[in-house]
Amino acid sequence: MTTASEPTTAIANPPVEALESNLLPSDVVRISATRSPPQPDRQLTKVAKLIDVSKCIGCKACQSACIEWNDTHPELEANVGLYENPHDLTPEMYTLMRFTEYENPEGDFEWLIRKDGCMHCEDPGCLKACPAPGAIVQYSNGIVDFISENCIGCGYCVTGCPFNVPRIHKTAHVAKKCTLCSDRVAVGQGPACAKACPTQAIVFGTKEEMTAHAEERIADLKSRGYENAGLYDPPGVGGTHVMYVLHHADQPALYAGLPEDPKIAPVVEGWKGPAKTVGLAAIGLAAVGAALHGLFGRANVVEPSDETAAEKLVKSGTSGPGEGA
Amino acid sequence: MKPVYSERRDHIASRQPVTVSRYRGLTRLNHWVTALSLILLALSGLALFHPLLYPLSALFGGGATVRWLHPVIGVVLFFSFLILFLQLWRLNLPRREDRVWLSHLGDVVSNHEERLPELGKYNAGQKLVFWAMAGLIVVLIVTGVMIWEEQLPLWAAQAPSLASIPARRIAVAIHALAAVAMILVFILHVYAAFWTRGTLRAMTRGTVTGGWAWRHHRKWLRELAGRQSRGPAE
Ligand code: HEM
Ligand code: SF4
Ligand code: SF4
Repeated sequence: MTTASEPTTAIANPPVEALESNLLPSDVVRISATRSPPQPDRQLTKVAKLIDVSKCIGCKACQSACIEWNDTHPELEANVGLYENPHDLTPEMYTLMRFTEYENPEGDFEWLIRKDGCMHCEDPGCLKACPAPGAIVQYSNGIVDFISENCIGCGYCVTGCPFNVPRIHKTAHVAKKCTLCSDRVAVGQGPACAKACPTQAIVFGTKEEMTAHAEERIADLKSRGYENAGLYDPPGVGGTHVMYVLHHADQPALYAGLPEDPKIAPVVEGWKGPAKTVGLAAIGLAAVGAALHGLFGRANVVEPSDETAAEKLVKSGTSGPGEGA
Repeated sequence: MKPVYSERRDHIASRQPVTVSRYRGLTRLNHWVTALSLILLALSGLALFHPLLYPLSALFGGGATVRWLHPVIGVVLFFSFLILFLQLWRLNLPRREDRVWLSHLGDVVSNHEERLPELGKYNAGQKLVFWAMAGLIVVLIVTGVMIWEEQLPLWAAQAPSLASIPARRIAVAIHALAAVAMILVFILHVYAAFWTRGTLRAMTRGTVTGGWAWRHHRKWLRELAGRQSRGPAE
């Protein structure tokens, strides 16, 4: 069997012959709770999904494609007068169109629609927080993937993620999120959402090409009066492998609270960094010190004279001289 | 008269040789349930605390078991300690002689007991361990419940700000720090009980020798000796 090529687009049709995966366990560059994983001898091309918010019509074909490909079963929820459906990301819904009604300074109404989901951070907070070895991995092409068989369902990744993405499955007790269709990318196909998008608001390819494509889109938007149009590829997390073209890149928070300058929270860095090393060292030293001193040090032993004194006291039947009761 | 340095049930158990009853059976059982929970919590928690210690999770049947079992034992610890606390807190209140004792810490460590003040049932070190554990358990149960992913739906709607992700980030960091402190206090506690020979039997057989009581907790012994002549024999 030949090995699948690395995909550079989502629109190509799948080949008919069976192909070997191009995304191997040996392509992993980071592993949760593992300090220095063996580094691969090859570097895959960095990939990215580009979501052009200005082209999105809110049809949710991507959501449907995601459900279908990943075979998830989001609960049917009640209509509360919003287009958002379901009401939040769930363990069964890895991507969600978030709708924001915005009145711009000119008094015009704008409908901002952002496809929420995992950003596939270059420096992933989820992976940093995770205590289970191998539950989260990052491939050299940039994809951050959750490996359910190693996941213990503790929810640390939820607190580690700067984008509020992972969700813990209530019955399977494992963390779930967008995989960037790592199983499709492995066989040369782009993500299902990008494939399904009727306006090509979602496109997929190498990170380099996607950045260049974004530049064209931004130039076009600027020429139409969106002077603050720009690319969202936040440097605080080392850049992301899911990027947005925003018409108001100066105010990302407009888009249903997209973080302005996301980074791994300092308290998470402190907890996962110095606190662990110092804590472990303190416990180790105390345990070893106490054991050694307990075995070899001079103990405090009751002397026969203490016993005699106690006997005298008890026999006298009083609390004795001195400061008794 | 209300005892000052002892519990009502503490008594001289035998006169020749002198042995003194320090903890009744229920209190000892209570203590060992607490101790066992604490050890299991430390082992299971440490498995998640540092990748080097993750193999400890195998003791419990894997990481996923640790994830649900640890907080359940935490609840057991909380209630078990609470019952212990209610029995012990009164004699652990600070007294004037505690300050003297603490200022002579050098004599404590170098075994010069004759230079220390006479003490009631607990010395200042034991009292500090008691209050440190009580405080840390409160911190651990509060932060532990906050990061208990599975039970979040129980209370998140009532206190959304405490269930928020930023609040849980802080909670997990505090939980980890408090756990380290707890383990250090625990090591100190075990070490002191072992170093001060004759102490362990207080929590196994429930009694100590008269000499031990005379040497370490003389005011306690005096009170009990005085009481035996006055009250009816227990
Ligand atoms: C008193 C009630 C307690 C509760 C409700 C509780 C709950 C939790 C929870 C929910 C976690 C996250 C992992 C999981 O889901 O199992 C955790 C982690 C942890 N717990 Fe507890 N716990 C308690 C007491 C303790 C005690 C007494 C210790 C130590 C002696 C301890 C040590 C730890 C450690 C070291 C971690 C890992 C922290 C990290 O990953 O940095 N816990 N606890
Ligand atoms: S729930 Fe998240 S942090 Fe915990 S083991 Fe699974 S992936 Fe890792
Ligand atoms: S967005 Fe969150 S879940 Fe996705 S890679 Fe970044 S930190 Fe991890």
